[in-house]
Amino acid sequence: MENELNKKVLEQLIKVFSDDIKSAEESYGMLSVTVSKNKIYAIIKFLKENTETNFNFLTDLTGIHYPDSKEDLGVIYHLHNFYKNHRIRLKIFFSTQDSYVDSIVDLYSGANWMERETFDFFGIHFKGHPNLTRILNMEDMLIHPLRKEFPLEDQSRKDKNDAMFGR
Amino acid sequence: MEITDKKVSLAKMPDGHEGAGFFATKLDDAVGLARKNSIWPLPFATSCCGIEFMATMGAHYDLARYGSERLSFSPRQADLLMVMGTISKKMAPIVRQVYEQMAEPKWVLSMGACASSGGIFDTYSVLQGIDRIIPVDVYIPGCPPRPEQVIDGVLKIHELVQNESSRRRYSEDYKSLMESYGFESGK
Repeated sequence: MENELNKKVLEQLIKVFSDDIKSAEESYGMLSVTVSKNKIYAIIKFLKENTETNFNFLTDLTGIHYPDSKEDLGVIYHLHNFYKNHRIRLKIFFSTQDSYVDSIVDLYSGANWMERETFDFFGIHFKGHPNLTRILNMEDMLIHPLRKEFPLEDQSRKDKNDAMFGR
Repeated sequence: MEITDKKVSLAKMPDGHEGAGFFATKLDDAVGLARKNSIWPLPFATSCCGIEFMATMGAHYDLARYGSERLSFSPRQADLLMVMGTISKKMAPIVRQVYEQMAEPKWVLSMGACASSGGIFDTYSVLQGIDRIIPVDVYIPGCPPRPEQVIDGVLKIHELVQNESSRRRYSEDYKSLMESYGFESGK
């Protein structure tokens, strides 16, 4: 760790959650920590409420899908400490069968729509979310379109065949 | 001063019988003439095609020359629904509702690749052509089409308006078309 702040935050995390920190790296000066799914709520609560870390703002929350790995689904959190202008990235990974994650809406209200979006596109369920419904796509949509098993193209088209489009 | 420029053209008189103090023609022709020269468009513009349409309405291309001076932003007073731009699946029910609120007689013009077929957006979130939800009279190809093409499309609508029966909405064809799209057909 080149950055002193990153080093301090990571030390704090390891001190409290030693078993749940799976890996940590620093890329382009930003600390990135992969943690275990079951402790994500406690870790974020700690990072927010501890006066030393004090990550008071949730910049982003989104999902990711790596279809080839065993723990194929992931959620990525970006937190920001406004007082020190310090950022951190948290990642959790889990399998599609076990896609239930604790909601952090009671920690950050801004997580409400982000979790709905992540549910909409990846089918990740956030336990304790006040209104986990689709936010951007049609409510009657049956798929979670950013999962790799679902095709990008509209399946209702009959005029596109492989001979014409070279697929 | 003598007027040398004689390019000013008036609306062409329909076929009929003329005599001293009277002119007789078919009601359909007279109504068609009136309708086609006073089309009020409702611009449903969602993306870059809408910008081209703004140019079309501007002083240079001046769609007002064709009797479309007044855009109607209320569907209730509009004759022509101009759908211009990508229509996402979430927007589709709104387009349908706007169409439904328009009073007969009404026409639809689909401008650009996106409105006509989904265009480059062959994806789960985009409607693959507005003719999946409402009947379309004229398609304008292009991405986006130039204002000249928009004027051409509007003139094609004029042709339809002039030549259609003024009682089109009572015809069996029209009723079955409406029913095929799930609209209640008028009596």
